[in-house]
Amino acid sequence: MTRYVISRVLQGLIAIFGALLIVFVAQRLSGDPVALMLPMDASEADFAAMREALGLDRPLLIQFAIFLGNALTGDFGQSYQWNAPAMQLLLDRLPATLELAMAGLLFAVLLAVPLGVFSAVHRGSWMDRSAKVFAMLGQAIPGFWIGLLLILFIAVELQWLPAYGRGTLAHLVLPAVALGWYPVAAMTRTLRSSMLDVLESDYIRMERAIGLPERTIVWRYALRNAAVPLVTMVGVYFANMLGGAFVIEVVFAWPGVGRTVVDAVFARDFPVVQAGVMLSAVVFVVVNLLVDLSYGFIDPRIRRG
Amino acid sequence: MLRVRDLKTHLYLKRGVVKAVDGVSFDLASGETLGLIGESGSGKTMTGLSLLGLPPKPAGRIVAGSIELDGRELVGLDEDVLAREVRGRQIAMISQDPMTSLNPVFTVGEQVAAPIRAHGMAFERSAMDLAVDELDRVRVPSAARRAGDYPHQFSGGMRQRVVAAMAIACRPRLLIADEPTSALDVTIQVQFMDLIEQIQTDTGAGILFITHDLGVAASLCHRIAVMYAGRIVETANVDKLYSSPLHPYTQGLLDSVPILGRRQKRLRSIAGNPPDPLSLPGGCAFHPRCPHASEICRKEAPPSVSVEGGNVACWLVADSGA
Repeated sequence: MTRYVISRVLQGLIAIFGALLIVFVAQRLSGDPVALMLPMDASEADFAAMREALGLDRPLLIQFAIFLGNALTGDFGQSYQWNAPAMQLLLDRLPATLELAMAGLLFAVLLAVPLGVFSAVHRGSWMDRSAKVFAMLGQAIPGFWIGLLLILFIAVELQWLPAYGRGTLAHLVLPAVALGWYPVAAMTRTLRSSMLDVLESDYIRMERAIGLPERTIVWRYALRNAAVPLVTMVGVYFANMLGGAFVIEVVFAWPGVGRTVVDAVFARDFPVVQAGVMLSAVVFVVVNLLVDLSYGFIDPRIRRG
Repeated sequence: MLRVRDLKTHLYLKRGVVKAVDGVSFDLASGETLGLIGESGSGKTMTGLSLLGLPPKPAGRIVAGSIELDGRELVGLDEDVLAREVRGRQIAMISQDPMTSLNPVFTVGEQVAAPIRAHGMAFERSAMDLAVDELDRVRVPSAARRAGDYPHQFSGGMRQRVVAAMAIACRPRLLIADEPTSALDVTIQVQFMDLIEQIQTDTGAGILFITHDLGVAASLCHRIAVMYAGRIVETANVDKLYSSPLHPYTQGLLDSVPILGRRQKRLRSIAGNPPDPLSLPGGCAFHPRCPHASEICRKEAPPSVSVEGGNVACWLVADSGA
């Protein structure tokens, strides 16, 4: 068990390193941040001085080495545009992102579990078919577009809920729905098919043969078996949402990590983008590790000695 | 105790209708073991499932006939009533494959306790305590400790004992054992058959023992019913059936089994193949493979006639006026 965790953590470190390297190089290919920081009439000497001050005049490899060295001490540099520590800037916004991700995930699970179970139990019924159409729409329509529609109809036309910003519970509803939209679809389909397999298994037939109520069989004995693939998905989507509900945060002007990183990308605020990638890579690795470990709680066969 | 008359369970498939159980009748008394034997696809398992009101959904349906248990008609009962009052409580089943019959994510104790809870049988002691007693009864060693283990921590033979404990937990009047030993090693088989006899002595249940193994059936059953293509072709006491089988199919089955100590050049097999369940031959379903088939066998299904110690559905017997 300990060895397993250690090897997974090492794999995770490699993944984080890879992600940082790619982003580090890619954003420096995208253009010069100094051009956005100095006024139009600044002289060539001003530019050079600014680059030197930021360390951008050095070779790429040296820059990366310095960044890594500092990162190990927890220093991700100062934001170019906010003049504050880059990582701190993001960590301050993490609660907002966490709140949105959990709400989105809660919405997705609360909808997907009954939909998936009912579709499997009543296979071929009108309910199954409408759930299928719903799921197809969910997977075909991007979340940001749903977000725009929600703003247009629910917030602007009907004025039921606020269209943007963070504050009350009401502010949370529309972005959470838009964020959970895609996972609902994927989870419903996955749960339906795993549930169908389980419901045809010998042990479910045995449970029927000893007279357990159908409701107990479906919601207790079958669901726990069918939930294993769902847990993977929940973990992956949660990590996705935490690390980058970028588009939805921008659409709903949600003051979270995603929107801050998107702003930083446009401003070529390298330290913030790097810190953002670091943060989502770490979240991704940690959540995936937790998901893998959680299988053992659901399925005793996976428990390791 | 159990009285089954003209039971018909059909499977409505896209390719056609399979008459899996096509007019089955038999009786079973308390404390009696009736063997239901026949080859794969003859309708043995489907008969067992029909007794529980659990033909495979959505294709299977009981279309006709009657199942009376202690005078109560079970065919046509509401699904809820069947689950609450019949399944597990009055009729229970030990299924075929112990490796897949237990839920992998619950402890065996929880699974044996489940029917006790569902049927409200736990009064002075908890369902879990009673479940441990049942595990003990089926001779799972150190039952109290092992009740907290999961199925994958048990061997095949032990798992089958757990399945048996689930089945008998509420003292059903009728126990259906569907090839419970087919998946086990021979030595484990013998132990398990002893266990079934023990259970019968303890609980006085009637047992419907479904098998294709003539040897197992002979050692365990009082009477035997032979099934072919959805029908019972012959019913007789064990001794009678093995010494003087009347139906040509039964004769063929017995001829195809090697007998210890008897010199045989080679075993005889029954000519031809089992019929296509989607289009059974007219008349007696066995006639294309029967060495004694005559004109009437092709045209009309033989009636089941009483003979000494049983019933036979064959024109040879019906015509001879036995």
